[in-house]
Amino acid sequence: MIRVLLPYHLRNLARVSGDVELEPNGPITIGSILNQIEARYPVLRGTIRDHVTLRRRPFIRFFACEQDLSNEPVETILPEPIATGAEPFMIIGAIAGG
Amino acid sequence: MMSRVRLLVGTRKGAFILTSDGKRQNWDVSGPHFAGWELYHLKGSPADPNRIYASQSSGWFGQIIQRSDDGGKTWNPPGSNAEDLKGPEGMPKGESNKFVYEGQVGTHMWYDGTQHPWEFKRIWHLEPSLTDPETVYAGAEDAAIFKTTNGGKTWQELSGLRNAKGNLWQPGAGGMAVHTILLDRKNPDRIYVAISAAGAFRTNDGGKTWKPINRGLKSPYQLPDPDAEVGHCVHRIALHPSRPDVLFMQKHWDVMRTDNAGDSWTEVSGNLPTDFGFPVDVHAHEPETIYVVPIKSDAEHFPMEGKLRVYRSKSGGNEWEALTKGLPQKDCYVNVLRDAMSVDSLEPSGIYFGTTGGQVYGSADSGDSWNAIVRDLPAVLSVEAQTLP
Repeated sequence: MIRVLLPYHLRNLARVSGDVELEPNGPITIGSILNQIEARYPVLRGTIRDHVTLRRRPFIRFFACEQDLSNEPVETILPEPIATGAEPFMIIGAIAGG
Repeated sequence: MMSRVRLLVGTRKGAFILTSDGKRQNWDVSGPHFAGWELYHLKGSPADPNRIYASQSSGWFGQIIQRSDDGGKTWNPPGSNAEDLKGPEGMPKGESNKFVYEGQVGTHMWYDGTQHPWEFKRIWHLEPSLTDPETVYAGAEDAAIFKTTNGGKTWQELSGLRNAKGNLWQPGAGGMAVHTILLDRKNPDRIYVAISAAGAFRTNDGGKTWKPINRGLKSPYQLPDPDAEVGHCVHRIALHPSRPDVLFMQKHWDVMRTDNAGDSWTEVSGNLPTDFGFPVDVHAHEPETIYVVPIKSDAEHFPMEGKLRVYRSKSGGNEWEALTKGLPQKDCYVNVLRDAMSVDSLEPSGIYFGTTGGQVYGSADSGDSWNAIVRDLPAVLSVEAQTLP
């Protein structure tokens, strides 16, 4: 089971508490996780990445196993502990603004 | 049964709903709704007042549209019900927050005189149809108008607006947004919009084609040609439902009026202590009674002399009186933003405004006297009054 940590405001929007759990389905990549999240919670489409370009929004960051993967290609295969659920895939609102 | 009033208040950190009976003395406060998000605007459907639309946005997470069908008790992004989740092809739709410019995105004037592509940032203003609760117009930054006919599930741009010399529009310090949308009760095909810093525009065909309506506006020191067809920094326009040919305008500088649907404007600043400001509104029952809040200047966005004064004209402009009873008359340095004033239609008419200091002031006697309904909200971005049975 893959665990995904959403930022506070997106948990509220999706009406979930705690981690989101996803079934592994094919290669576990940044893109496959985002696709599954958006399929389950359509309200989150556009909040993590742009509707049309699918580019990450500027103040959203992706972390896995203490690595910042924000600028990695979405096809990047994620580390094994993400695929097994030992570690969460973290979608984070950047510390920005005031 | 006695009428009630509901105020929809958008702030920098959430939405608040203030309700009162027809006396408008005691108010219940509900909120914050959408805590932590910017709520640029909320507005109810005139055809179904319990249907309320809200624009929720954030620099982190972008634009969300919310809808309530029970007067603001519960909210959902339109299209988030189980039966709406998937399209015919089985893919999730989730398009209530999808605002995409039609066709080639195009360019507008940038600060350095070059052309810059349109980039969607947020919805500033939501204007529900006068007759159909499912139809809403949305004013966007970067400036464009969108329309939904399915209760906010999907939005389409009325791209003809950007053909009205959009390549010459240029953002002001506050961005480049459609911040005002006025619907004509007598002619459903006629819509007015105002854009900072492009001017006022009108369609006579339901939004297919638009023309600038800025003749008579003068912007010396702001535009190379002070009489330019577009480029004027219009802060707000307002009309009385019974007279949709008569518009009042608070421009960056100057209060203006037109009696011919915007074909020509004349200045009615008259004896105002300063003609800079943001909101302008019209009394619910007296089409020649209008309100503005003069602000010292564009360099100092606060009231003159630290005195918060609403100015009222009962003659459609030129002759103005200061309304001060109940408003702070010393050490007050708040601003009142363009969408933060509204009137109810009780008798006598009530008028309300919110400040950047988090106060919402209300008057149950058309402005003669005022009370602070709340004092400590986040900075107020918008106030809409609903008169309920």
